[in-house]
Amino acid sequence: MNQWTNFTKGFIRENPVFAMLLGMCPTLAVTSSAINGLGMGLATTFVLTMSNIVISLIKSVIPDKVRIPTFIVVIASFVTIVDLVMAGFAPGLHSALGVFIPLIVVNCVVLGRAEAFASKNNMVSSIFDGLGMGLGFAFALTLLGSVREILGNYSVFGIKFIQSDGVLMMILPPGAFITLGFLIALINHLNMKAKS
Amino acid sequence: MAKKESTFTNMVLTLFVVTALSSLAAAAVYNITKEPIAEVQRLKQQKAIEQVMPGFTQLARTSVMPETGPDSLIFFKGYRDTTELGFAVTTYTYIGYSGYVKMMVGFTPQGIITNVKVIDQKETPGLGTKMVDSMQLIHQVVGKNPAEFKISVKKDGGQVDAITAATISSRAFCDAVNRAYKSIDKIEKQAINTGRVE
Amino acid sequence: MEYIIIIISTVFVSNIVLANFLGICPFLGVSNKVNTALGMAAAVLFVLTISTIVTWMIQHYILNKFGLSFLQTISFILVIAALVQAVEIILKKVSPPLYQSLGVFLPLITTNCAVLGVALLTIQKDYNLLQGTFYAIGNSLGFALALIIFAGIREHLEMMDVPKGMRGMPIALVVAGILSMAFMGFANLVK
Repeated sequence: MNQWTNFTKGFIRENPVFAMLLGMCPTLAVTSSAINGLGMGLATTFVLTMSNIVISLIKSVIPDKVRIPTFIVVIASFVTIVDLVMAGFAPGLHSALGVFIPLIVVNCVVLGRAEAFASKNNMVSSIFDGLGMGLGFAFALTLLGSVREILGNYSVFGIKFIQSDGVLMMILPPGAFITLGFLIALINHLNMKAKS
Repeated sequence: MAKKESTFTNMVLTLFVVTALSSLAAAAVYNITKEPIAEVQRLKQQKAIEQVMPGFTQLARTSVMPETGPDSLIFFKGYRDTTELGFAVTTYTYIGYSGYVKMMVGFTPQGIITNVKVIDQKETPGLGTKMVDSMQLIHQVVGKNPAEFKISVKKDGGQVDAITAATISSRAFCDAVNRAYKSIDKIEKQAINTGRVE
Repeated sequence: MEYIIIIISTVFVSNIVLANFLGICPFLGVSNKVNTALGMAAAVLFVLTISTIVTWMIQHYILNKFGLSFLQTISFILVIAALVQAVEIILKKVSPPLYQSLGVFLPLITTNCAVLGVALLTIQKDYNLLQGTFYAIGNSLGFALALIIFAGIREHLEMMDVPKGMRGMPIALVVAGILSMAFMGFANLVK
């Protein structure tokens, strides 16, 4: 049961994007389409889960003062792996996400989970935490990407439903800020309604 | 297991070991993915040539220094058996929304543009991709001869309608196509000089 | 002239925060007051410029030379983390007042993606060292400009009667969106 909570908390209650407002840079930058959001989300999930595993395993041999640099190095090596694998096997996605793949290193979600969860819990819990948080992040990015793609290009996952150009502004940077603002407002509103 | 003390030796040792292991892991993956990445690049170029110059059976490859710009352009002269199909040219621009964009432009032997394909770009995701996705620009130049149809946006006195909200990308597009076109003369001379057909 | 263009285009045309989405966390996090925004901006200017220069040298004199470009991410982030530490220690010794005002922001900067982002973009764009330095300075100034304007707006926003669900982050994001739209007006500044 406990593991189930570790897994599900990332989706809504502690969703990294909607509830904790972490990892904003990739959230805003790559969500110009649903598929980019999903790709970024899954790449982050992989890095998050793998680094959670490694960090929970080595936590006892790491001196406290070099904790953070060590975590960063571990995360950076998984990011490099994702970067190389994507370049070789998903080149389209790789070029769409661009500089934001190496930037997963500084995604506060990843370091945040390493510090707040994996450095204090065992491996199994850390796996569930990493998967849950990562998929929650992926879910948020895909949702944001879908909304922007629907409004901006009249399509979802590249499938066009109106043959027209769409509201270009939604795909451009301003659309990212505004869509995320309204999505968080909507979630706040639903939360308040649920409480009262 | 007890936590290691934060002594200097311990800290340096830990960081060193972790960094070394990470680098090894990265190196291993790099070696595995090196081939596929190179293959992806090659296929991308091959596909782009096919798109701008369909049906070729033979290619001759030369590189030419353009009048403006720092890097050389690669010309692929295409033949179907012995008939000359035209050129596929890898060209580039540095004035994209965030700099560099690499494109493949196809020409008939007479210099008429057959197709344009963006190969590589470092544009901001979302903004720059508009240039790849949008056929708006490409449609305008296909079938035109740059000798008669001035390839630059209307604001700059040309004949190309810029994409809304993406004037910079539109300018970059024109810049790259022009760079390719202006180098055709050079390649013609060079090809005659060397008489090279592969 | 080339350097002026780099500065103008990084500050206005493709603003690091509003068009490139780097450094969003501090942009949203420390922009409640103009004063804190100024402190953060100064700290970023400092670290970003130094780290861009150092990472450029590492890329060209070490990684490229030995064919180790796959270690880019790992080495860059380590260098940045170490630099932030070093800057903190040096500032503490050399200029206590400056340390007083910037100190709290420095640890936050390691995970500020603007720093790593600009370092990586400088390499990607094949800039030489001088261009890269100007690129870094321009981006820091762009960051400062966006942050300070945004902080100014948010100070006013606190007095406004905003619908309940929109309070806090949502309205801030919408404001950032409108600001980003305004910056798009600069798009034709650099040809």
